[in-house]
Amino acid sequence: MSEDLKKIVVDGKEIEVPGDLALLQACELAGAEIPRFCYHERLSVAGNCRMCLVEVKGAPKPVASCAQQVRDLRPGPEGQPPVINTSGPLVEKARDGVMEFLLINHPLDCPICDQGGECDLQDQAMAYGRSYTRYEENKRAVDNKYMGPLIKTIMTRCIQCTRCVRFVAEVAGEESIGMVNRGEDAEITTYLEAAVTSELSGNVIDLCPVGALTSKPYAFEARPWELEHTESVDVMDAMGAAITIDSRGAEVMRILPRVNEEINEEWISDKTRYVWDGLLRQRLDRPYVRKDGRLVPVGWAEALDVVAKKLSGPADKIGAIAGDLCDAESMKALKDLLVHLGVQNRDCRQDGSALGGAHRAGWLFNSTFMGIDEAQHLVLVGANPRLEAPVLNARIRKAWLYGDLKVSVIGEAADLTYSYDRLGEGPGDLDRALSGDLLSAVKDSERAMMIVGAGAYAHAGGAAVLNRLGRFAKDANLAREGWNGFNVLHTAAARAGGLDLGFVPGEDGKDTAGILAGAQSGEIETVFLLGADEIDMSALGSAFVIYLGSHGDAGANRADVVLPGAAYTEKSGTYVNSEGRVQQGVRAVFPKGEAREDWAVIRALSGAMGKALPYDDLAALRARMVADHPAFGAMDYAPGPAGAEGFDPSALGAEGDLSGAGFATPVRDFYFTNPIARASRVMAECSAAKARTPQVQAAE
Amino acid sequence: MSGRHLAEVQPDSFAFTEASTKDVDFWLAKYPQERKRSAVIPMLWIAQKQEGWVSVPAMERIAEQLDMAYIRVLEVATFYTMFNLTPVGEHLIQLCGTTPCMLRGSEALKDVLAERIGPKGATSADGKFTWMEVECLGACCNAPMIQISNAEGDHYFEDLTPESLGQLLDAFQRGETPAAGPQIARQTSAPEGDPITLTDATLFDGSRAKPIQLPNRPAPAAAADDGGDPTPGKPFDSRDNQAAATETPKDKKDA
Repeated sequence: MSEDLKKIVVDGKEIEVPGDLALLQACELAGAEIPRFCYHERLSVAGNCRMCLVEVKGAPKPVASCAQQVRDLRPGPEGQPPVINTSGPLVEKARDGVMEFLLINHPLDCPICDQGGECDLQDQAMAYGRSYTRYEENKRAVDNKYMGPLIKTIMTRCIQCTRCVRFVAEVAGEESIGMVNRGEDAEITTYLEAAVTSELSGNVIDLCPVGALTSKPYAFEARPWELEHTESVDVMDAMGAAITIDSRGAEVMRILPRVNEEINEEWISDKTRYVWDGLLRQRLDRPYVRKDGRLVPVGWAEALDVVAKKLSGPADKIGAIAGDLCDAESMKALKDLLVHLGVQNRDCRQDGSALGGAHRAGWLFNSTFMGIDEAQHLVLVGANPRLEAPVLNARIRKAWLYGDLKVSVIGEAADLTYSYDRLGEGPGDLDRALSGDLLSAVKDSERAMMIVGAGAYAHAGGAAVLNRLGRFAKDANLAREGWNGFNVLHTAAARAGGLDLGFVPGEDGKDTAGILAGAQSGEIETVFLLGADEIDMSALGSAFVIYLGSHGDAGANRADVVLPGAAYTEKSGTYVNSEGRVQQGVRAVFPKGEAREDWAVIRALSGAMGKALPYDDLAALRARMVADHPAFGAMDYAPGPAGAEGFDPSALGAEGDLSGAGFATPVRDFYFTNPIARASRVMAECSAAKARTPQVQAAE
Repeated sequence: MSGRHLAEVQPDSFAFTEASTKDVDFWLAKYPQERKRSAVIPMLWIAQKQEGWVSVPAMERIAEQLDMAYIRVLEVATFYTMFNLTPVGEHLIQLCGTTPCMLRGSEALKDVLAERIGPKGATSADGKFTWMEVECLGACCNAPMIQISNAEGDHYFEDLTPESLGQLLDAFQRGETPAAGPQIARQTSAPEGDPITLTDATLFDGSRAKPIQLPNRPAPAAAADDGGDPTPGKPFDSRDNQAAATETPKDKKDA
């Protein structure tokens, strides 16, 4: 790159930029602002809106700066660097003219348009357009198109930038949107107006520079300037995508992505974006105690009293399971309380996974998500990233599409939006698949990765599978200095944090399966569920169940005492993503009704039992957490290969029989993976729409 | 103002006939395997030749054969106006309405078509005709004109008047195949009726040719003295024979 630096003069300022930059990018580096509609950094260049015209000295006409590279400019007659002007009469006239054409057919419905206030066209018309129209003919109108339950369309507003077309084809990997007809009749539509079924479809709403594609669930709900923006972290999957929670009063109105190059670039999945209506449904807003078979609302004091009595029983007859959405603080508080009580039966792995052990690298995504960009060979074992972490899948697709990434899969034959070699389907195929060609290919590859998914580590024979994969990682030298290709992809936002906190069975303690078996046999009499809803509730037998969580889902339904907690938008919580990146979510709104932040409930419970935990506020709890678990001290930091010192992947799991059913992702329905999503009406609509729509084939 | 739309009633399936498959294979053979989607326009055209129009099952069939997304084929089919997205009658009439034809009376032809078939784009009740207005078909010298596409192929019918168009339609209606080309006494795009220039017969019988005097050529008289034999070493002149032919009677008289 360095030898390809070119000198150019932008608005009289000389800068040196790489030759493969677009003029638009070069001008931005020089500090000039270039208006645009169709150009987007993460999509291919279309060059069809013409808003980015600049003046290139020597060129006969204004030049579309998005579609020309710096290296294509010719120097002056005596070798002077090329000169670009981003202002001046020519450029201003060009912008004015383009804007006039764009507005010819654009309706003047800003006052009733949901994009109003955050509309590129509105802003740029203010800055570069004229304040009146010379057009006296009729404007054209376009029929609205059905694009599924998430995307509302008002196609008359469309300016044919084709960002949405390019996004679904390139990033989401589903060629379902296109532009039909031509000239004045050109229209954006999905094929035969089918729903867009991609898990990333909501991003086209952010990409749309006008109000043509807007959010259907959010339609006419709020104006951007009324909203309070809270920068937080997503918990719908284990990526920890950067989000902005927009709230008004006590209500979360919408969730938007933030740019974080290391995690989600600027995309989020539809579940992350649209789960917010689930935050208002099925909420636990006061404590309940089961009396005569029915849950009866009670006061906090009574509920805590009942729980305190139950937990004061013999410690070996108590078990605790932490769920998928728990923040680290609440797990830390609960673990401290359990340790204090002498309870060893505790587990944060309600999926029954075999993860855990001595070294943190054994349950992290050690290559980091950014490592995918430079990977050359990827082995997916029992993972379906498209369902488990759609944004991660888009990154894999990007490396496959633009790089030379080769993908091998051992597991289900799913549509991942990229092509792959399928080497096997279950544990029985591991020995054969992981030797020979694959082993040598991975060994020879400088940047090879293996992603172990929930289908593998949460398999019935997960320990043996993990052990075999660990030995493969060692044989192929995946974990070495400067690169660690052994990766675990979690499905739950709480899992890595729970493992980091050691929320696993203590000495001779029972794990999730053990607790459930114990509950059946009567060995376990009291089970504390911290937001755990994905276990088989019928296996709890006659145990006394305490549920602390935010939503009335399976857990609360079975519980004998319900303690209302806060959802992720209502508490300041720490989450560890798959990479081991510690991030803090921020409270956007207050918990509902009498509900309290989960850690505070546990702290109050400890007080009611007379065994008060040694922290009275969040800061003290966090200080304690960092002191006990130093990994929590490094915020927003993914250890990556640096964290793998002394990591021996072959020590993972336990040697055992490699047999059993094929690997299958636990995410059977992407839209229903957690209590909040299951409470969401929008997610239910998405799931139904997906079931109705035949799958469109993947883009090449 | 609206674009072209897909037909509301679509067939359940589509398959290329044996002859069409041959055509498709011919076009597919032109492109490398990884660029086979270049054949999308020829294949759509072959499908249209076969069925008269391009149906959704046909587009999907083509997309599958070319490993393209359905929407990409739909984009192509809707972009090019020569692909009919709705069924057409047995004879598809495309009337040129561009300036030269308009000046020569295409508006009157439109009225005929509108009266006999229906509004623009309509198919006649008996399914025989569909008509549409198109831009210049490149036969301006024979304006006004129409193109009729049917099982026989695509043929131009030129130099029309409302009357001759009506007769044409009558003939097609009766199941005849009228001769294509100008519908008046005229050879291709030659002037109407008898020629009005270059009519003098002497232009073509050679009688008007004049002898040419070349500066280095001996006078014809000298040549006659030698008994009419060409002078050895004389440069060859194509006119020689002709000159001899015109001079012979006079020479003979002199002798």
